[in-house]
Amino acid sequence: MLIKRPTDIPSSEITDKETYLNRRHFMQSALGLAMLPLFNEAQAGYGNTPLKHEKAERFRIDEELTPYKDISSYNNFYEFGTDKYSPAKQAQQLTTDPWSITIAGHVEKPGTYSLEDIMKPHALEERIYRLRCVERWSMVIPWIGFSLADMIKRFQPTSSAKYVKFTTLERKSEMPGLRRRVLDWPYVEGLRIDEAMNPLALMAVGLYGEALPKQNGAPIRLVVPWKYGFKSIKSVVKIEFVDRQPVSSWEQAAPREYGFYSNVNPQVDHPRWSQKRERRIGEFLKRKTLMFNGYEEQVAYLYKGMDLRKNY
Amino acid sequence: MSKRQLLVLKAIIFILCLLPLSWFIYGVFTDQLGANPIEVVTRGLGEWGLQFLLATLCMTPLKDLLKQPWPIQLRRMLGLFSFFYLVLHLFSYLWLDQFFDWAEIWIDIKKRPFITVGVLSLLSLVPLALTSNKWSQRRLGRKWRRLHFLIYPIAILAVVHFFMLIKLDLLRPSIFAACLALLLGYRLFKARFWQKK
Repeated sequence: MLIKRPTDIPSSEITDKETYLNRRHFMQSALGLAMLPLFNEAQAGYGNTPLKHEKAERFRIDEELTPYKDISSYNNFYEFGTDKYSPAKQAQQLTTDPWSITIAGHVEKPGTYSLEDIMKPHALEERIYRLRCVERWSMVIPWIGFSLADMIKRFQPTSSAKYVKFTTLERKSEMPGLRRRVLDWPYVEGLRIDEAMNPLALMAVGLYGEALPKQNGAPIRLVVPWKYGFKSIKSVVKIEFVDRQPVSSWEQAAPREYGFYSNVNPQVDHPRWSQKRERRIGEFLKRKTLMFNGYEEQVAYLYKGMDLRKNY
Repeated sequence: MSKRQLLVLKAIIFILCLLPLSWFIYGVFTDQLGANPIEVVTRGLGEWGLQFLLATLCMTPLKDLLKQPWPIQLRRMLGLFSFFYLVLHLFSYLWLDQFFDWAEIWIDIKKRPFITVGVLSLLSLVPLALTSNKWSQRRLGRKWRRLHFLIYPIAILAVVHFFMLIKLDLLRPSIFAACLALLLGYRLFKARFWQKK
């Protein structure tokens, strides 16, 4: 007996590119009237390429933004060193142009696409998200990017695509951290297809109105704000549609501590520390960590009936 | 070395030992410790405490090497500085990490082995710090040596604590472990082969 699984993408979801683009233009103009998009007025200027974007009202939170200086100087990006301060220095040698992403696996339109081709059909929008690191610190970041779901639809995954596997660049000549095998390079992350199709999942190409600083995962990275930060994989070069749950890098390195899901959850402790509280960068007192990092309303349905203690 | 020279040496080392702490205080107030200064301070205090502990353990081999008594005369000060930094390290955890939420702290101590090990090693240092004066040394006589032998298991626990809190990159704790192994190895070697003569 064939039982339709909720994770399958209904064929009605898969639109051909032409219609899809038209719809996008229509949506843009409709939205434009409603929310008066602010097209990238003079930004403070942090030295990265300014990006034209709209402000997505749906994805804003009323919390103080973490300063650019902190976002771009305190990074976990092990390809450029395992301490927080190395990536800001070491990542500057990374060549991000040209850049391409290989789309593979169970999709109708596999291939290697240039970053320009990947980005072309998408209007960029600014979304303000919380970022909660598994190490108990957090930030609020104004990302610039586009919906992962919109991107995935273009490549038309087939019904065998149950999971999406992302891979980071592995380039020894420019990534000094690769000389040491602290992780099993290249860095790999994964999402269930329905997680990937959730409107919150973002492909980010910038922050604070400009292109991503290299240490933040330039030129393109994933942002899944309801999961611990390490799920938001940086400098993506490959996206595969697979039928089995991929093993993420941290899961492989320490399976008892880092699970595939890694949803932010104050009730489930890390084996070595409680996840009940976090320090927002720039604040002295700690905050209570929110279920799914405050995105419970948008994502809780994905995990209905699942034991989140087992599926940590 | 004359008494005067020893006094000058002690004064210099005393000031040097206060430099890391001064840097943390200066760094916090001038915003030079990066995006997460509290993490830098907490970890920094722990690492300096451990470095002073290793420095303390270096004094005996140094004495043997130089055939001079003055390293032993510096040993107590270094040991007390180690204790001082480690107490501040614990205090920064109690205050800046847990904000004196004793219920949470107790859960941490019971449930998280790296906290258990850390707290245990620091508590064991207390009697050593309290009896580090000449008066206790005289009063306790031979028992003093046996009590202060505790410094070896304490140092091992402290390095284990460092290993356990690291997420993945074990390079730094490994360096500490290697130094400690060398220092303990030296003592074992000495006890076995030299003092039998």
